[in-house]
Amino acid sequence: MIHQYQMNGYNIVIDVNSASVHVTDELAYDAIRLLDNGADEQEARRELMIFHPEASADEIDDTFSDIRELISSRRLFTEDVFRSAAGVLKERSTVVKALCLLVAHTCNLNCEYCFAAQGKFKGGEGLMSFETGRRALDFLIENSGTRRNLEVDFFGGEPLVNFDVCKKLVEYARSIEKQHNKNFRFTLTTNGVNITDEVIEWANRECYNVVLSLDGRKEVNDRFRVDLGGRGSYDRIVPKFQKLAAARGDRNYYMRGTFTHYNTDFTNDIFHMADDLGFTELSMEPVVTDPGDPCALTEADLPVLYEQYELLAKDMLRRERDFRPITFYHYMLDLQHGPCIYKRISGCGSGTEYMAVTAWGDLYPCHQFVNDPEYRMGDVWNGVTHPEIRDSFKDCNVYTREECSRCWARLYCAGGCSANALHAAGDIHGVYEYGCKLFRRRMECAIMIKVAEADMKARGIPFKNNDDKEVPRIE
Amino acid sequence: MKHIITLETRDMEQSAVKGGCGECQTSCQSACKTSCGIANQQCENKEQ
Repeated sequence: MIHQYQMNGYNIVIDVNSASVHVTDELAYDAIRLLDNGADEQEARRELMIFHPEASADEIDDTFSDIRELISSRRLFTEDVFRSAAGVLKERSTVVKALCLLVAHTCNLNCEYCFAAQGKFKGGEGLMSFETGRRALDFLIENSGTRRNLEVDFFGGEPLVNFDVCKKLVEYARSIEKQHNKNFRFTLTTNGVNITDEVIEWANRECYNVVLSLDGRKEVNDRFRVDLGGRGSYDRIVPKFQKLAAARGDRNYYMRGTFTHYNTDFTNDIFHMADDLGFTELSMEPVVTDPGDPCALTEADLPVLYEQYELLAKDMLRRERDFRPITFYHYMLDLQHGPCIYKRISGCGSGTEYMAVTAWGDLYPCHQFVNDPEYRMGDVWNGVTHPEIRDSFKDCNVYTREECSRCWARLYCAGGCSANALHAAGDIHGVYEYGCKLFRRRMECAIMIKVAEADMKARGIPFKNNDDKEVPRIE
Repeated sequence: MKHIITLETRDMEQSAVKGGCGECQTSCQSACKTSCGIANQQCENKEQ
């Protein structure tokens, strides 16, 4: 399977099964398209002479010679040799390596679009006790096999409403990780309201990653991110986020925003966070909500969003040439050292390697399934008592989703989000097509950035990128 | 090659031989929480 597109002056060809990325001239671009459409070399050659009367016979010969070379080195028109591995994945025994701890089923903000319904997840309010959290960490260690790196996200609701328990849980984890040969990596996801100097010092010492929720411009942020009295949060949280990010040094953090139908010009929110507020690590997610919600993204929004993603990619390249790079989470791509094929076909890990734990210790496949009784898997004391749910999630991969087998981006997304699929298609084995469309566009942009960086490097144009990834060499 | 430039990318078939250690980050755990992608995940296998 081949995917071809043109962006920012580049003709880009992706060989899907080998995940190879090629940049071509017009002649090769059209030749590959003709071959991909089923023409044999002779037919393609005839068509090419009609499309490109300016091309000499030698040039056309060279073009097909290049293509043959790539085919023989298994980088173009490759077969899918990984399908058989999907069966192995289904039968594999999995270990748990990541938990999302819902330490607070309550929130000090009242954001209307919140998928977690202000942390209550359509249930009651509550805080996780230290004892429940400690048992969750023990459960993780007991079920993690030989995995060394264990991830724990303090999530909610708003986790800092229950900060004391977060601190104690980290202390507990640090006290036992060495004896179990484990390395806990904590993430804090916060709306910022309760950030204090103590939180900053703790987060920067203990948390591998910090996710800070801000939607961008003040009027955009304050449309949804309001407190229980309806007052916008921007003025209260921005100075705290700036202080935390400044103190964080080189450690990971993300400004994480949500865009909706009301701000389809979301690049202005990203640029506001970068240029006016000084943040460099940025993530901006499309809202996930009921299609009937007025803030839901629409089909008519799609062309605008496609354009926005491309505009963002081009602007990021401009910033790289100005030596003032920013990171956009969805454009981080490591072509040389990225995930292995098992990761690329095996899905996100929800319900198998990754689970959410409620304040009361119940286990769900991920944070987006919490309080859905059909998806309660068990609890941290008794473990997974509904293995059939785990098995059903184990069976989610790019080969069990029919739509994925026709999608060029499958090895960059691993089959997408099961929760989104359930909400959009009624089945965790389905797909959320709207999200797929946006994902494909983001991948086109991310790959174009890598192509442009390789081009700049080859042409000796100085630039600096911000994602710690090596610029891929041109072979 | 005169008409095609190829970027260096990880060999997927080779990754099937040495991959699958599972030490990499869980997809949704890092920043998104409402969508999924693995392209931005770093491989943690130093022997890849």
